[in-house]
Amino acid sequence: MSLKVNPELCTACEACAAACPFGAIEVVDGLARVNEKCNLCGACLEVCPVEALSIERQEAGPVADGHEGVWVFAEQRHGRLAPVAFELLGQGRVLAEKLGTRLSAILFGWGVRNLAADLFAAGADRVFLADDPRLAGFTDDLYGGLLTRLAIEHRPEIVLGGATAMGRSFIPKVASALHTGLTADCTGLDIRASDRLLLQTRPAFGGNIMATIVCPSRRPQMATVRPRVMRRGPVEAGRAGELVEVSLAGVEWMDRTRLVEFVEDLSEKVNLVEAEVIVCGGRGLGGGRHFGLLRELADLLGGSVGASRGAVDAGWISYAHQIGQTGKTISPKLYIACGVSGAVQHLVGMQSSEVIVAVNKDPHAPIFDVADFGLVGDLFEIVPELIGRLKAARG
Amino acid sequence: MEILVCIKQVPDTRDVKLDPATNTLRREGVAGIVNPFDLYAMEAALRLRDAHGGRVFAMTMGPPQAAEALRELVGYGVDEAALLSDRAFAGADTWATSYTLARGVEKLGRFDLIVCGKQAIDGDTAQVGPELAEQLGLPYVAFVRRIASHDPAAGLLIVERLMDDGYDVVEIKLPALITVVKEIGEPRVPSLKGKMRARKLDIPVLTAEGLGADPDKIGLNGSPTRVLEVFAPKPRGRRVRIEGKPRDQVTQLLEHLKKDKTLAAKVGAA
Amino acid sequence: MDYFLTEEQQMIQDLARQIAEEKVLPVRAELDEKEEFPRALLAHFAAADLCGLNIPQPYGGMGLGMFEQALATEQVARVCCGVAVSYASSGLGIFPLLLYGSEEQKQKYLPDVAQGKTLAAFALTESSAGSDASNIQTAAVRDGDAYVLNGAKQWITNAGEADFYTVIAITDRAKGPRGATFFIVEKGDKGFSFGKREKKMGIRCSATGELIFSDCRIPADRVIGREGMGFIVAMRTFDMSRPGVGALGVGLAQGALEAAVDFARTRIQFGRPIIGHQAVAHILADMATGVEAGRALLYAVARYLDSGAKEVSKVSAMAKLFTSDTAMKVATDAVQVLGGHGYMRDYPVEKMMRDAKILQIFEGTNQIQRNIIGQELNKEAGRARKK
Repeated sequence: MSLKVNPELCTACEACAAACPFGAIEVVDGLARVNEKCNLCGACLEVCPVEALSIERQEAGPVADGHEGVWVFAEQRHGRLAPVAFELLGQGRVLAEKLGTRLSAILFGWGVRNLAADLFAAGADRVFLADDPRLAGFTDDLYGGLLTRLAIEHRPEIVLGGATAMGRSFIPKVASALHTGLTADCTGLDIRASDRLLLQTRPAFGGNIMATIVCPSRRPQMATVRPRVMRRGPVEAGRAGELVEVSLAGVEWMDRTRLVEFVEDLSEKVNLVEAEVIVCGGRGLGGGRHFGLLRELADLLGGSVGASRGAVDAGWISYAHQIGQTGKTISPKLYIACGVSGAVQHLVGMQSSEVIVAVNKDPHAPIFDVADFGLVGDLFEIVPELIGRLKAARG
Repeated sequence: MEILVCIKQVPDTRDVKLDPATNTLRREGVAGIVNPFDLYAMEAALRLRDAHGGRVFAMTMGPPQAAEALRELVGYGVDEAALLSDRAFAGADTWATSYTLARGVEKLGRFDLIVCGKQAIDGDTAQVGPELAEQLGLPYVAFVRRIASHDPAAGLLIVERLMDDGYDVVEIKLPALITVVKEIGEPRVPSLKGKMRARKLDIPVLTAEGLGADPDKIGLNGSPTRVLEVFAPKPRGRRVRIEGKPRDQVTQLLEHLKKDKTLAAKVGAA
Repeated sequence: MDYFLTEEQQMIQDLARQIAEEKVLPVRAELDEKEEFPRALLAHFAAADLCGLNIPQPYGGMGLGMFEQALATEQVARVCCGVAVSYASSGLGIFPLLLYGSEEQKQKYLPDVAQGKTLAAFALTESSAGSDASNIQTAAVRDGDAYVLNGAKQWITNAGEADFYTVIAITDRAKGPRGATFFIVEKGDKGFSFGKREKKMGIRCSATGELIFSDCRIPADRVIGREGMGFIVAMRTFDMSRPGVGALGVGLAQGALEAAVDFARTRIQFGRPIIGHQAVAHILADMATGVEAGRALLYAVARYLDSGAKEVSKVSAMAKLFTSDTAMKVATDAVQVLGGHGYMRDYPVEKMMRDAKILQIFEGTNQIQRNIIGQELNKEAGRARKK
């Protein structure tokens, strides 16, 4: 498989070199030449005015080796199903319909049997349940080893998981063990009807471009999706499905890692990745004590408090609240940025928020370029005003 | 302790911009930097070495100029470095990358601990650390925010793993791999002696053949995933400016927010 | 402009700049506001091997010269003059040892300074002896195998923070210029204490205070050089250390210039960035020319000193004089360019203006520098005439 340049047609116009996002084409001695950075994305083909470029692809035919089914890893933590599990079931149902196949949910834990009903109600045709005291706490070895064994045994064609801390931790282990492809943080999932291929779309280069990834030859095709990106599907209470009990037999490595304890972060009622509303403070706050004001606003809106890297580095709030390239990526319904300038590394972490409100006294702050609603002014006047109005409305 | 830090040289994504006119990335003059998370990984490794003795190695898979990133780490105090470089490695996805890195680890020797940064800021997948551990058959903990204790006699490490709702305290048997987040500790400053040493240090380059790597498992060829296409993200932001005194601004904002059903419920009669 | 630095010199400059930008910049305003001594930052310089640049290698230093030290100090001063003063003043404190110390003294004190484990300070100024250094009153009386010091030093940089002090005291008033001696006094010596810490206009994070000697008894082996050499040691120390002050001036002026240019490019008045208005562009042009002239003079003098030249007083005074006057002018002009914003503490230039003033005063006022240059011109011409 490779990119071919037809020397008879090439005019050395360099349009292909300019179009290549990976710097893989150089025009040398009057001919476009491809180097090893090419990954066959095809951006150059589209811009060549003389059609001198072509890609030889191995056609991945319909997968005939018996892999079928869409699986969703239904994350549960401390006895509660993560919201992202329902969002994945919603999208998983759509994919399963397109493929004409079944949707299954994978549930690991201890004392979580009762949660299976919620998964059936949310659209799962089948639930693989491993209910074992050794699975009470999350370890990569056990969760990863068990999911791997199940995938080898039952051969799904697609496995989806939430890009939560748990998912991002153990799902790569499964993909590696299965020698298959995994695409992280997908913002879009679809099926290419001609060959049943899963089209996995995600941001790359810090969100500067979008890429569509496929896993043509290996199975299962695996993808993780961030919370709040996909929509939940309809819920049908009492819906029935097939429950498959799974044991830990045959799983290696039971004791290389041990969960000693969990220490809860009590500073937020809702964790940032699941929050519907986030109020974020940046350097413009001027001091850690002012986060109290943002806390008040967040509480009134049922949301959580986030921070830019500048505020965290200044020691005003802990790293667990940091949003951005080296912090958390979130996509709430409403994101209110107070005193945040909007450096690119911060935008990367929050630009998929549905509604962005920015409050900043600097009219040229980059945050205003991505905001839906921009309020130029003093946050110490605007935020208390907003808080006052929300409080008054509650009576 | 013999500790290995796996790093990546990445473009400074602050400087990589999409040209909306041509739909391509403008990459001229974009500097290569050490992936920021990897400096934290390096710092974690150096602190362990300073406390318990031993050596810290740095390794990366990349083009020849990635050796500069390794030299930068030597300037901070890392003891040795090795570069895995071969045209055949190019275009690798995380599976092929972790396969290649694993062959490098095996070639370099036995390590008590491998430390990686949580993720690279160009790929953002956070997959290579766990996949590398799996290739090597090692236990691992991702998103480590603190190394609470190290028991050399028992070969145990106790770490804190950052989760979305708090943190897990995990005990792990060495040899193992961890990926770290920024809370693990701010990187130190390089030293003059370190930088001088880095300038002169011989950094071996290991090729596919030197690693005994299976050609079907490296580079673009060995990657289970493929990029089908790239396109510009939809520009976001309605960019509505709300002017006036704070009271008027808040009034207008609330009006806009109430147009959405969910948000209207949150702001109520405000 | 390229000053054709060696690879090693470039490394020093890059390293000092990296530390200044990563570690000093985020905290400079807070350190100034709280008047807090930057001990944690000094630890970074130590870890980077930047605390012993001009200490010879046998004593654990890098064995380089004043030029390399100036390169480093300049980069720190560009970000914060107060931190740079704290960093560089230890170097002033050890100069008497470097120039005239015995082998035992060098072995005892220099390695820890090179590793950043200890800090030094230089103590000459007293309430009645500023420019008139010969008027010092602190006295040291020989008593068996010890000396007993009585008196007080004023406005000493690093007072209270330094671990040892190079102190000049009168040992024989009758001998006039040959009647003073330098001693090493250590924190913890009996009878040695610190007075109040001064509240200053600028370089507020630098620790400035009184040293009090009250029957302070120190062993006789603490004499640097020999009895009676005191003023020679002091004059020679100042000759060699002036490039360090010059580096503070060039660095501060560079920082002020950059801040002014950045502001002038984004501040829009009368329909365009103010850098497009000649009045402003001319101010910036003069600022930039002064900075470059100061840098060129500083580098030339530092290299000359490092070459081992003997007659250095005139050019060393010029380096200090020109760069400090330039720093004061450039910082003041920077505030002017920023206008109202420049006066606000939200912007870094008012601090630079406050910091710059001391550069024209300490280490020999600029009036004294002019005296020195005048005297040297006279001497040189006299010698030339005799030939």
